[in-house]
Amino acid sequence: MKESHLTIAARRIRRDRLAKAAFVVVCLFALIALLDVVPAPHRTATGLRWDRTVLDALFEKPVEKSYSPPMARVGVLNRHEFPLKNRHLLGTNNLGEDVLYDALKGVRTAFIIGIVPSVLAAFFAVLLGLFAGFYGGRIDDAIQYVYQVLSSIPAILLLIAMLMVMERGLWQLCVALGVTSWVGLCRLIRGETLKVKSMEYVEAARALGASDLRLLFRHILPNVMYLVIIEMTLDFSGLVMSEAVLTYIGLGAEPGTGSWGRMLMTADRELPNAIWWNLAGASIFLFLLVLSFNLFADSLRDALDPRLRKD
Amino acid sequence: MTAYIVRRLLLAVPTVLGVCLVTFLLFNVFASPDAIARKQLGKNPTEMQVKSWIHAHGMDKPMFLSLQKGPDGRLHPFDSRFWNQMRELVLFEFPESDYLHEKMGSLLREKIGPSLTLTIPAFILSIIITLPLALFIAYYRGTYLDRVALFVCVILMSIVILNYIILGQYLLAVVFKYFPIYGYEFGLGAWKFLLLPVILAVASALGGNLRFYRTVMLNEVRADYVRTAMAKGLSEEKILFKHVLKNAMIPILTVTVLSIPFLITGSLFLEMYFGIPGMGNMMLNAINNHDYPVIRTLVYVYSLLYIGGSILTDISYTLVDPRVKFE
Repeated sequence: MKESHLTIAARRIRRDRLAKAAFVVVCLFALIALLDVVPAPHRTATGLRWDRTVLDALFEKPVEKSYSPPMARVGVLNRHEFPLKNRHLLGTNNLGEDVLYDALKGVRTAFIIGIVPSVLAAFFAVLLGLFAGFYGGRIDDAIQYVYQVLSSIPAILLLIAMLMVMERGLWQLCVALGVTSWVGLCRLIRGETLKVKSMEYVEAARALGASDLRLLFRHILPNVMYLVIIEMTLDFSGLVMSEAVLTYIGLGAEPGTGSWGRMLMTADRELPNAIWWNLAGASIFLFLLVLSFNLFADSLRDALDPRLRKD
Repeated sequence: MTAYIVRRLLLAVPTVLGVCLVTFLLFNVFASPDAIARKQLGKNPTEMQVKSWIHAHGMDKPMFLSLQKGPDGRLHPFDSRFWNQMRELVLFEFPESDYLHEKMGSLLREKIGPSLTLTIPAFILSIIITLPLALFIAYYRGTYLDRVALFVCVILMSIVILNYIILGQYLLAVVFKYFPIYGYEFGLGAWKFLLLPVILAVASALGGNLRFYRTVMLNEVRADYVRTAMAKGLSEEKILFKHVLKNAMIPILTVTVLSIPFLITGSLFLEMYFGIPGMGNMMLNAINNHDYPVIRTLVYVYSLLYIGGSILTDISYTLVDPRVKFE
C-alpha cells in the first residue's frame, strides 16, 4: 500500500532535528495545559469538591503578603520585611501569588486561544471556500464580497470593535479572533478548489454519478486539507501573542483567567523597582511556546506543501 | 489608465458600503442601545439618564425605516438609525466623541500628525534596513550564514511586541538614559522623543519582514531569467542587485503599501508607552472609556485607507512592471 500523505510528512519532520526538539517543547506545554484541565477532587467539610485541577493541587501554596524575589526567605512591603510562608521558584507578584503558578495557568489559556479560533475559522473558511470555488457564479460573487468587505477592515480594529460590544470572556475572545482570521484561508481554499475541480479524478467521480456534496467533501476536501493544517499551525503563534496584546489593552478574558498578557500589564511599574521576575516569568513562557510552535509549524509547512517539495 | 482608475474606484464603492453596514450592525444590532448607554454612563445610571442618553444619540429611532409620522405630521421614512449613521460616514460628517465631547473630524486632524511622525520614519527606515539585509542573506543562500539568519528571524518573530517595548524602554531610556522616557513635542523638537519608538518599531518588525523579503528574493533566484543571466556570464552581484531586486519589487510593493494603514494601528503600544498623542493613544482611550463613536469612525476611516492603499498598490504595479498593462 502507498504511504499516506501524513506519514510522509511525519517522516520528513522526524529528519529535522530542530523541529523535533520544538515539537517536544510544544508537547510539554500541552501536558501542562492538560494538567490544568483534569480535575483533582479534594475533601472539604461539605464533602468532595471537584473545582480544582491537578495543577491547582500541585501549587497549593499559601498566598503571601506582597512581592518577594525568587527563592527568597523574606519579602519586603513598604520597606518592612515580612517572613514568607513558602519558597517560590519565581517569587510572588503584588498580590503575593506564586508567579510560576500564574505563568503555568497561562498555558491552558494560550492553547485555547491558539486552537479554538482557528478551528472556528477553518470551519467557515472550508465551507465557504469550497462552495465558492466549486459553484462559482453568484455564490462565488457573494462569498467573495463578504470576505472582501471583512478583509478591508484592519483586523485589530475589527477585533476591538467586536470585543467592545460583546461581554468580556475567553470564549468571546475566541469568536472574535475566529471572525478576523478566516478570510486568508478561505481565499486559499477557493483558489485550490478552482484548480482541483477540473482535474480528471473529480471528472471521473462525477461521471460515475457522485453527487455534488460527495464530490466536495469526499474528493475535493481531502486534497485541500493540507492548506487547512498548514494555516492552523501557522496561526497558532500569532493568536497566542494577540491574546497577550488584547488582554494588555483591557479586551482580554475576564479577570481570574490565567493570562500572560495580564502578567505583563504591571511590568512597566515593577521594573523601575527592580521587580523583574513577573515580567520574566510571563515573557519566557510566552516566548518559548511561540518560538517552538513557529519552528514546528515551519517544518510542517515545508513537509506538507507540495509546492515546496524538493525530494 | 484613467479608465482603469475610475473602474477600480467604482468597484470599491460596494466594499465601502459593506464596511459601513458591518460597523452599523456591530454597534446597533449586536449591542443594544441600552447596553451601550449603560457602559458609557458608568456606574449605576438611573433609568432617566439612560433614556436621555439614548435619545440624545438618536438611538431610539427605528432601525432601518421610520414609518410613523413625525411631529410636523409628515412621513420621514429615512429618519432612522441606519440612514443617519450611513450619511454621517459617507459624507464624512463624523459623530462626536462621547468621552472627549469633540467632533471626530477635528480629533482625527489633531491626532494624525503625531502618529505619522512616528510611522513614516519607521516605515522608511524599515525598508532601508531590511531590503539590503535580505539581499545579503539571499546572496549567501543555502550556506550556514543563511540558516543562522533564518533562525534569528524566527526568534525575533517570536517575541511579542510588548516585550520589545517594555525592555527597550527600560534598558535604553530608564537605565542607560540614551533617550527620553516619555513625552512629545510638536514641531521639529519631536525627533528626540521619536528616536527610540522608531528604533523599536523597526526592530519589532525586522524578523518577519526579513524572512518575507528573503523568501521573495529566493523565489526570483529560481526564475529562468536568472539562469539566462548566469549563462551569459554576468556576475552574481550584478544579477542580484540589478535583476532580482527589480523583479522582487512587485510582491514587496504589495505587502509594504498594504501595510501602511496597519502601521498606524501597529504603533498603538508605542504611542501608549512613549506618550505620543496620536491615533493609537486615542484608540486606547476610546477602549477604556467605552467611546463607541470613536471606534466606529476609526473602523470606517482605516478601512477607507486600506481600500485606497490596495488601489494604489495595483496602480504602482504599472510603474515597476512594464508587463502589467491596463486597458
